[in-house]
Amino acid sequence: MSAETKEREPLFSAKNMKLVTKPLNMDNPITVQVLGICSALAVTAKLKPAIVMSISVMVVLAVSNVVVSLLRNGIPQRIRIIVQLVVIATMVILVDQVLKAFVYDISKQLSVFVGLIITNCILMGRLEAFAMGNKPWPAFLDGIGNALGYGLILVIIAFFRELLGSGTLFDYHVIPQAFYDFGYKNNGLMILPPMALITVGVIIWIQRNRNRDLIEK
Amino acid sequence: MNNSNGYILRYAAIMVIIAAALLSSAAMLLKPFQERNMAIEKMGGILDAAGIHGVTTDDMIASFNKYVTEEVVINQEGKVVEEYKEGAKENGKAFALGLKEQYYNKSQGKPYELPLYILTKDDETVYIIPMLGTGLWGPIWGNIALKSDLNTVVGVYFDHKGETPGLGAEITTDPFKKQFVGKKIFDDKGNFTSIEVVKGGAQKLPKNMQIHGVDAISGGTITSKGVDAMLKNVLESYLPYFNQIRKNK
Repeated sequence: MSAETKEREPLFSAKNMKLVTKPLNMDNPITVQVLGICSALAVTAKLKPAIVMSISVMVVLAVSNVVVSLLRNGIPQRIRIIVQLVVIATMVILVDQVLKAFVYDISKQLSVFVGLIITNCILMGRLEAFAMGNKPWPAFLDGIGNALGYGLILVIIAFFRELLGSGTLFDYHVIPQAFYDFGYKNNGLMILPPMALITVGVIIWIQRNRNRDLIEK
Repeated sequence: MNNSNGYILRYAAIMVIIAAALLSSAAMLLKPFQERNMAIEKMGGILDAAGIHGVTTDDMIASFNKYVTEEVVINQEGKVVEEYKEGAKENGKAFALGLKEQYYNKSQGKPYELPLYILTKDDETVYIIPMLGTGLWGPIWGNIALKSDLNTVVGVYFDHKGETPGLGAEITTDPFKKQFVGKKIFDDKGNFTSIEVVKGGAQKLPKNMQIHGVDAISGGTITSKGVDAMLKNVLESYLPYFNQIRKNK
């Protein structure tokens, strides 16, 4: 018994924790792997939807990762992508239905974006690259980590877009009226998707500037 | 790993059956909650247009039944088809009427029926007309509340399926909705003008028309146009009914 527990890896070993922390910076799904850009542009005009979207992605990604990891030895190779899609789609619809039944207000704010989680490349990417070849617990941590990395970038983008585009944070006005009296204006361009893309670009630029290893030769 | 065609077919079939069973049972279990949420939201929109804000979801049904004194279904000639005056109004036919079908019938030149809610607020009668139209990405809908003169706007409520956040979706915000308060849908001579949603601002209109116009949302032109078309189409459908009420007065 004791020998067995010794051999078993602790739940929060350094290796496992790396699965959570790596996607936050060095292996970020948006800025390094360049996945999930579409939704990063679509839901980041305000902070609140960005955060709820991140949480929804986290639930869907963590659960789908675990399910696919449990099934990984039985999934026929030739239809594995279809199986992964079915798992993701089922999860997304369940999340959407539960949100609609119990937190109707939030589900309304997210409207179509919850459904769009299905098309988020990060999910397919993690299922195919990680969950298909790893045990459920690391797969779960990998899902949480990648969703956190995704959410982090979403929140950063949403922060700047809402602040500069609408002058608000969480719908509260933070830019004092005096600024407007002096002729300051909200930058309407920040609300449009192109500026989100440029914000992503700036984040990537800053990240690679601080972290030279990430620069492709 | 077994990769024979038979295994793949069996695997796919079982997977689909499990997924279908899971989803349909979830949908059936959650449906009553979702329908209740939708009914409450609809009531909230009706009360909101009349300027009754801040009703919590728990009190919604009680408040709705308190304020709404009458529910009416009218037909294309403005005749009252059905009326509900007492109790259990959230189950009334007017409440259940699907606007989409009725306005489709209207566009096809077929007979149609439309709902109307009559509220009593601070001893004043308020007429609430539910609206439905199209925005940029999908349907937009809402309610418009008129005073008993059937001309002056008490308030409006808008909602949408998926307009762009920060742009078209701004039609649901107070600054946009407040513009409608006090506007008129008929001119001095009694001609129907609707309320125009003007790109570049209502001040662009001639002076005598400004009472019939509000500012469009910058960056939300197509949604604003949708609101404009919705107001015209919906209010126009109630003109025969308005005329009948005026005659009877």
